[in-house]
Amino acid sequence: MGDAEDGVRPKRTAFVTVGTTCFDALVRAVDTREVQQELSARGYTDLVIQMGRGTYTPKKSNGEDGSLVVDYFTFSPSIVDYLRSASLVISHAGSGSIFETLRLGKPLIVVVNEDLMDNHQTELAEELAERKHLYCARPQALYKTIADMDVESLLPYVSGDAAPVAKHINRFLGFSDD
Amino acid sequence: MAFGSVVAALTALVLLILIRFLYILRWSGKPLHGKSRRTYSTLIVLGSGGHTAEMLNLLSVLQKDRFTPRFYIAAATDNMSLQKARVMEDSLIDVAGVKVEETAKYLQIYRSREVGQSYVTSVWTTLVATAHALYLMILLRPEVILCNGPGTCIPLCAIAFLFKVLGIRWSSIFYMESIARVKRLSLSGLLLYKLQVADQFFVQWPELQRKYPRAEYVGCLM
Repeated sequence: MGDAEDGVRPKRTAFVTVGTTCFDALVRAVDTREVQQELSARGYTDLVIQMGRGTYTPKKSNGEDGSLVVDYFTFSPSIVDYLRSASLVISHAGSGSIFETLRLGKPLIVVVNEDLMDNHQTELAEELAERKHLYCARPQALYKTIADMDVESLLPYVSGDAAPVAKHINRFLGFSDD
Repeated sequence: MAFGSVVAALTALVLLILIRFLYILRWSGKPLHGKSRRTYSTLIVLGSGGHTAEMLNLLSVLQKDRFTPRFYIAAATDNMSLQKARVMEDSLIDVAGVKVEETAKYLQIYRSREVGQSYVTSVWTTLVATAHALYLMILLRPEVILCNGPGTCIPLCAIAFLFKVLGIRWSSIFYMESIARVKRLSLSGLLLYKLQVADQFFVQWPELQRKYPRAEYVGCLM
């Protein structure tokens, strides 16, 4: 199913990251058949899950029957390498993960953790989704977002600039601008 | 008689502190105009994760010869932030080609409350954390404080404000709200804004500036 005619599918990895958090709802969601079928249908061949401090372990798969190759790990010092080699990133709503992915110009779906008490992180994800830099989803509806998304329509994020803050601070302290 | 004079003395003291307090409120938040070129000893509070990333982003554009020496503080449970700061500082040395060993120091601070800690034990840990913050502040007495949440910076800023009231050290406190805050301030941000502890308060989204007019809108840092 979905195999290219010559039998060699180009490797396209969907990388899931929860950072240093525990976000079992997301790991559970990407472990469902619905999500994995949609990923396959969109041409992704591999699914790599960084599960952080979560306790739910997803099922591994070597993809022999033409389904997704699924692998997972808890932490890695080189998350950025995984991001770089990914064709799609599915991330928790932490600002670190979001901006690291956007800076690399990777298509991004941010999944909001509804179990967090003070859920201010939805603010950032929703704002950036409104500006068309990423997609924002809930764990239960992730498969739908994958099915409906159009990664070509996402706008590249122009990195911010700390110079205005520095200017304010310098002025406040009585330094002249230069 | 003795009692009367004690009361009078106490009243005078309280009045004096009150006047000083109002004086501080009047003058904090005002630019330090007329001060000539000099250096400021700077305390940089690293708040872990995204907070640290934003702070180091700011540090990368600040003129290091103006903000020196630099003291980096992170929570004792956060083992990444100081390492990242060190990497940034070491890269500075490479560019300049000179060793500036003494300009940066790295310190850890106890946190008053970890995520999920019970409120009963947090009374004790808050006391310990405050005492530790006081010790560090007496040691460092910074002239500039840069912070961007979360809670780690609150005791440090409170003590810096107390130092202003008592005339121990005048400092300029800069708080920049995290980019994750689009519509509402964080609790740390709200405290420092409402109590006017922060001399300058930066926000990264226009909606927050409309809600909190004393804040400066500076655009996204990341």
